Amino acid sequence: MAELWAHVAQHLTLAGAALALALLAGLPLGVLAAESAGLRGGVLALAGVGRTLPSLAVLMLLLPWLGVGMAPAIVALALLAIPPIVISVDLAIRGVPAAALDAAAGMGMTPLQRFARVVVPLALPVSFSGLRTAATETIASATLATFIGAGGLGDEIVRGLQTDDAALLFAAAAVVAALALGADLALGAAGRIVAPRT
Amino acid sequence: MSYLASHPLRVATLLGGHVEIVAVALAVALLIAVPLGLFAARRPRLSPWLLGTLGAIYTIPSLALLAVLVRAFGLGFAPIFVALVVYAQFMLARNVVAGIAGVDPAQVDAARGLGMSPLQVLLRVEFPQALPVMIGGVRIAAIAMIAIATLGGYVGGVGLGVLIFNGLTLHQPQMIVAGSVTASALAVAVDALLRLVERRFATA
Repeated sequence: MAELWAHVAQHLTLAGAALALALLAGLPLGVLAAESAGLRGGVLALAGVGRTLPSLAVLMLLLPWLGVGMAPAIVALALLAIPPIVISVDLAIRGVPAAALDAAAGMGMTPLQRFARVVVPLALPVSFSGLRTAATETIASATLATFIGAGGLGDEIVRGLQTDDAALLFAAAAVVAALALGADLALGAAGRIVAPRT
Repeated sequence: MSYLASHPLRVATLLGGHVEIVAVALAVALLIAVPLGLFAARRPRLSPWLLGTLGAIYTIPSLALLAVLVRAFGLGFAPIFVALVVYAQFMLARNVVAGIAGVDPAQVDAARGLGMSPLQVLLRVEFPQALPVMIGGVRIAAIAMIAIATLGGYVGGVGLGVLIFNGLTLHQPQMIVAGSVTASALAVAVDALLRLVERRFATA
């Protein structure tokens, strides 16, 4: 049982580090796509392709260059989590009503003030839905990280299968499913909290 | 890439197996999801519960569900096939419900006024209008299924995942890359193809 909890911690480290990296790259890319009509097509096309790639394939494609272990798994999981973040941030920013931006400009706000006080609060709920998708998928895909030696709950599932240990198998499967569902519900609730009251 | 060049037949055979299991599972999944979606679309109070349940199942990581299915069915074709059909339900049924909900109610009324039976209204008015959204669901499901089917190499010796997992066991990076690249290319190609189909039905 103690080993199961160690694997839970490892799983959350993998997913958490990957999501943090994906946010660092995905947020600016999403803003870039929304603000620059010239770059939008290219950025969104790339995100679209990234969205269709099988997660096992992305984990494996880095293997010849980055080898095995936690670091390459985090890089691969981050790459998988960037597209949903970029797509939803772009959608969220472009969905901000023009009237709100005009009103802010009329009040004498600088572009930076407009972005911080109008665009960000209004774009937050839709952006959150992308983070929610990314988080759920990252927790799910992190199970596959076991195949490149990165640990996590995938280790327990694979060990349960190999040793035909039903109790271990069900426990590990239930824990990883609960983590994914829990993240989905928690971020759904957080998304409702950050929604501006109208 | 060298493995792809040296073993084109092997890769092609596994690609064929990959396409086959996804296509058959998608057909079976549609046979379940379309009636299920139509049933839910007619019951607005029930449909959030049904879609919520299917959505929760969809959230379960595929390796976890697959492991449980292997316990139930043993290794081979069955667990991966069942997993594919189960995962597809959410994406397919959700888009059937959304497609039917998006049908212009005035046109349904007009069709009823013309004396069409409920079945005629469904087949001649609702279905054609809901089709682009439903095809969108098929596209999203197909992409997810191509990804999940790579695990068929782990539990069933089916599909392009065989190259990935055999490559891992044999320490053959070229084999792993060949399997990953081919599976990725398949996903991108199917996505592009179904986007074309979607657009054709949207303008018709």
